[in-house]
Amino acid sequence: MTYLHRISKRCLDLIERIGRAGVFLAIGLWSSITPPYRPLQVLKQLYFIGTRSLFVILIAGLFVGMVVALQFYDTLIRFGSLAMLGVAVGMSLIRELGPVLTALVIIGRAGSAICAEISIMRNEQQLDALECMAVDPYQYVIAPRILAAMISVPLLTAIFITVGIFGGYFVGVILFDVSSGSYLGGMYDAVNWRDIIMGASKSVTFGLLMIWITTVKGFYLHLDPSGAHGSEGVSKVTTDAVVFSSIAVLFADYILSAIIL
Amino acid sequence: METKGQSRTILNIEHLYSHYGEILALEDINLRVMEGEILVIMGHSGAGKSTLFRNILGLKQPSSGRIEILGEDLSKLHKKSLYELRKQIGVAFQHGALFSSLSVRENVELPLHEHTTLDENTIQIMTRMKLSMMNLADFENMMPSQLSGGMLKRAGLARAVIMDPKLLFFDEPSAGLDPVTSAGLDKLILQLRDAMNMTIIIITHELESAFNIADRITVLDRGRQLMTGTRQEIRASEDMRIINMLNREPGEHVLDADAYLEQLTKQR
Repeated sequence: MTYLHRISKRCLDLIERIGRAGVFLAIGLWSSITPPYRPLQVLKQLYFIGTRSLFVILIAGLFVGMVVALQFYDTLIRFGSLAMLGVAVGMSLIRELGPVLTALVIIGRAGSAICAEISIMRNEQQLDALECMAVDPYQYVIAPRILAAMISVPLLTAIFITVGIFGGYFVGVILFDVSSGSYLGGMYDAVNWRDIIMGASKSVTFGLLMIWITTVKGFYLHLDPSGAHGSEGVSKVTTDAVVFSSIAVLFADYILSAIIL
Repeated sequence: METKGQSRTILNIEHLYSHYGEILALEDINLRVMEGEILVIMGHSGAGKSTLFRNILGLKQPSSGRIEILGEDLSKLHKKSLYELRKQIGVAFQHGALFSSLSVRENVELPLHEHTTLDENTIQIMTRMKLSMMNLADFENMMPSQLSGGMLKRAGLARAVIMDPKLLFFDEPSAGLDPVTSAGLDKLILQLRDAMNMTIIIITHELESAFNIADRITVLDRGRQLMTGTRQEIRASEDMRIINMLNREPGEHVLDADAYLEQLTKQR
């Protein structure tokens, strides 16, 4: 096979994979909004993605808010603009850090586990068993996870931002004696609906990207171009899913910021 | 053992070809399975048994040819019709394929929850009946991770027959089991056929098991169908590949490990 053949074959493989992933997303989304609905499965996934991520989101949000306040305090004090501390902390958390860091934390905590779980289901023929039992795996496995991610990621982002603002309040107001009124009042005056919409649209997009990439990688373990299977295959697709979804979140963050700003 | 109740064709395969990329995995397979029959598909590893299994179940699209199950041409079925057809088919996988997050009982009753409107009490009674049939009544609340290999297969079989299917597929029922457990499972398969007039297709490479339960045997070798016949016809075959398989001798494509090691030693 010539070099040109190899290149064209790789390009065709890539196009096929992208197409397959696109069809997977379309079927997954369609399955999420069409009956039969599986509220129990959605609740289980909400607990897994949402509730079980809560503690790490609280800790991450608190410390990110504190460190952001610390950094802005050090910068703003040079310009005598400490009254802007609340605005700076609030804007950066709502528009950027909240959605991005929440998504990255959830990718690490829940996304990797979801990918590993689905790829093991593929490996152990559980997905084939569902098909053979006339149970649609998209309905039974994928749709509840998509719905749960779309609900829990924005909620966790809101919690991250809220805790982060209080972390910033602790550093700015309690440790460095910034006026409580200027911290909260400034934030209240400066943050507008566009910022909230930006944060919300980012968190929904990131949630969708995270669940799409982690589920599709696990679901198509057997079609992975590396040919890896068994525990090695599970390990490989899980690592790929975490890396790809993290990159996708950062890339989408730039695109969304560029569109909305 | 004579073939029973050969009234209608349950499975009909005509000129089936299947590829993995450019590799030909199945070549011109022709099979007809009658109602109440137990057909065993045999062959070495890599013979194409699993590919045939996946093609018949509609998990893999054939390259060409025709597969007809219970009178329905698989290639002409839409997803919904295929799912309707699958409700009449039970599939027991090699390692059970039980859902690890569900208990044995929850696994077995899953198809009933999905496809029937039976009340919880009736579902529980039906599930217990099937679990008792498989000698798993005392293990219904256990998780799959707590079961042995043989128990996993039996639990998978209980789930496969919970809807009283007309056609049952069983992938490698004896693989990895000790002879006693394997014989018990063979007996169970025969009971299922006799009690429920089920048509059963079994994929295996275990000779004892195949000759214990089969009405007819199909032998595959490197994707080709060497022969289909009764146990007596298979035993009487003069095809060296079948004779080698029955005598547990490796075919020409299998590496002779001892000779190879000896050759390596001499080279040194």
